[in-house]
Order: sequence, then C-alpha cells, then structure tokens
Amino acid sequence: MCLGIPGQIVAISDPENALGIVKVSGVRREVNLICIVTDDHPVEACVGDWVLVHVGFAMSRIDEAEAAATLKILAELGEVEPELEAMRLSGQA
Amino acid sequence: MKYVDEFRDPEKAQFLLREIEKLVLRIDVCRQRPLALMEVCGGHTHTIFKYGIETMLPQEIEFVHGPGCPVCVLPMGRVDDCVALAETPGVIFTTFGDAMRVPGSKKSLLQAKAGGADVRMVYSPLDALKLARKHPEKEVVFFGLGFETTMPSTALTILQAERESIRNFSLFCNHITIVPPVKAILDSPDLMIDGFLGPGHLSMVIGTRPYRFIAEDYKRPLVISGFEPLDVLQSVWMVLKQLAEGRCEIENQYNRVVPEDGNPAALGAMSRVFEVREFFEWRGLGSIDHSGVRLREAYAGYDAERKFSVPALKIADPKSCQCGEVLKGVIKPWECKVFGKTCTPEAPLGALMVSTEGACAAYYQYGAFSRQRAEAGTPADAA
Repeated sequence: MCLGIPGQIVAISDPENALGIVKVSGVRREVNLICIVTDDHPVEACVGDWVLVHVGFAMSRIDEAEAAATLKILAELGEVEPELEAMRLSGQA
Repeated sequence: MKYVDEFRDPEKAQFLLREIEKLVLRIDVCRQRPLALMEVCGGHTHTIFKYGIETMLPQEIEFVHGPGCPVCVLPMGRVDDCVALAETPGVIFTTFGDAMRVPGSKKSLLQAKAGGADVRMVYSPLDALKLARKHPEKEVVFFGLGFETTMPSTALTILQAERESIRNFSLFCNHITIVPPVKAILDSPDLMIDGFLGPGHLSMVIGTRPYRFIAEDYKRPLVISGFEPLDVLQSVWMVLKQLAEGRCEIENQYNRVVPEDGNPAALGAMSRVFEVREFFEWRGLGSIDHSGVRLREAYAGYDAERKFSVPALKIADPKSCQCGEVLKGVIKPWECKVFGKTCTPEAPLGALMVSTEGACAAYYQYGAFSRQRAEAGTPADAA
C-alpha cells in the first residue's frame, strides 16, 4: 500500500478523467494519471511513460531502466506478488 | 540474509561501507554510545531487515524504527469503528488488504467478514467508488488509511465522486501526516536520535521543505532515502557525513523520484478535500496534535463519521503488549514480554506484528542476527 510499483502506460482509456491503462508485470489495470499530467505533458502524451503506481494512481514518471531495477528489488522484498494479486482481485470486485 | 554482492551496484556498496567506517571514527558521540539513526518509514524498516543492513554497518550505528507504518499506529478503537461500520446493515465496507488482520478489541475486519459482514478488499479507492456505482442500493464506505503517500488517491477519489454526484459513497478517514509524530518524537525527553532517514515515496508527494524544521529548530540531519538497500546505505553515509562535518541539513538522496516541491496536483487535491484535525490518536504514541486530517465541511456528505454513528471509543492496548515502547525505541521488539510467544505474525496481539513493515514482524522474520549482535555488544544491559 505504501510502496509504488513501476508500470508502463499502454493506452489512454478516458482522456476527460485522465484515466489510462497501465501494464504492471503483465497485469493490466486502469490507473488515474492526473498527478503526472502537466501543461507540457498532456494526457495524450503519457502513452509509453513508465510510472510509479500507488493504489491506482500514477504518482511519478521514472525512466525505463529505473523501473526495471525497482521491480527487481520489489520482487525480492516480496512486495510485487501481493500488489498484483490485489490488482487482480480488485478488478473483479 | 542478503549480501552486498546482490545489491544493484556491489562495488558502490562496498565503497560506501568503507566510507561509513571512516566517518564513524570522526564522529565524537560514537566514542560514548551507539549513534541512533531513525528510519521514519516502515518500507525502510523492511529493507533494513531483509538485507541485513544493520549487520553490515559498524557496531557504533543503531537503527531506531520510526512511526511510519500506518497500519502499525492505528489505534484499536478505530479498528472497532471499522468493524461497527462494516456490520451496519446495507453497508459494503472496503479496505486495503493490509488492514484486514489488525486486531480490534473484539475482532478484526477479517473476523467481522467471517461473521457475515460485507467487507471487501480493494486495491484502490477507485475500486471502492466503482462498487458504489455498481450497487446504488448499498452504502459503500472506504477505509482511508495511510500517510501523505495514499492521501492524494483518497482526495482525488472523493473529487471524482463529487463530479459524478455519487451519493452512496463515503470515507472513514484515518489519514495521518508525517511531520507531527516526528516532531513529537523530537520533543520527547527520553529520546536520543542523532539523525533521520526520511521517507521516499511519501516525500514524492510533500517534497523536501516540510522537514526543514528538523534541521533548523532541532539541529538534526535528515536524508530522504529511496527504499532499495543501496539507497539506504548511501543515505546512512550522507547522514554520517553531515554529522562528521558538523552540518544539519535536509538532503535528498532519492532525487530521481522526489522533487523539492512535491507533487502539485496531489497537494492541491489534498488541501481542497481535507483539513487538519485538532488531534489524532496513535497506537503507542498517544494523542498527537494536528496529526490527522478529516474531510472539510464542503465534503461532509462523503464523511462516514457524519453519515453513520460510530462508537469512537478510546480502547487501551492489551496490558501485555508493548508496541508503544517499541515504537519509541525504548525497548527492542524481542524485549517485549509477548514477542514470539503469544504475539506472532500468524496471531498478532499488537499492530507492529501485523504488517511486514512493522518492526516486530520484521525482527520476527529476519532479526535473529541483529538480536545476537545487540546482546553480544551490550553485556552491561544483560546484567
């Protein structure tokens, strides 16, 4: 809940509400992008971005190498699986 | 336990460890007593234990595990309120999975669910809002929990509910803020902390400025740190360097993620939706002024505490449980009478045993070596 998990934005699902689809370790999930959108970087420009996702919200843009390294450490810390499991289950709720 | 060669950059880790050893020799206080560094964030506590970082560092450095695990500082009375809300007819109670097993005075949310209450784990407050859309005949309550890390997500979800005029959604707000407990710890007379590792992902939201008083008023260094083992090592090195050079500053080791000003969109949503409470109750630390937030009057319709009646009782922790003393660093987890006996991760008595970010659960899982070292290193204490 407190650690952000890296994922890549693969599509914009609802530009009006700044919602996009983020892929995290193969799991796709709708995520709110409002905290990473700026005038210089509008919603449409977010596709392809790597981001840190906290409880369904992209909170920071990171580079791809950083994302890979972070995912590796998170997996070692045992944080990735419970997070992905929560995403999967929550999607069905 | 992990070893340095598994770090992202083992050579850098070795270099930092050698530099830390040199710095210890230059810090006067290390000749009289161990240097006490507080890692504020539970994520750091987890990293420190998982990778055995304390055991790599010179004996002169000790970690004091701070209050930054929101599940661990949740008072029992608030868990009882959650259970009462969950057991209200017509309510779907939604929560992050982390909170399910925290013991209340009679039961946990998991036990309430087993007893028939409609408790659902969600990954995001947005999923709770989705449930409200799907079940207009029900009242969906979201258990808002966490520091400034999760606060923006709750605020933005409330704003979304308002935009869509969803009325059967409300928030049981237990969000807390990081600065007041750190200040309370600094004001505590029996506490000796020489420097701080500041939280990384939380600081991504609030930035670096809110910590300035720690350096300016209390003359302690704080380094905002990432949660990887190499980040923690580098941050320890940065704190020690300040101490050796007689500096007290707020530094940012995690600047690849933490901007100085934080996240403006997140801060904007938080200040629009939330206001500071006069005080909030913390497990183990007692009541701390201005340490929690509630929904502003304009969002009263989304406030579960106004919409439903909650018992709101203050419940003392079990007498045998010493979470408070562990949280303040007065005793080590294994010095608690019930540690590993009647309080284990499988059947936790106290909140510090519930979350993997809690000091007790971390010691239970990974701490045998730290304990051996501490006991070997302090023969006087054993007498």
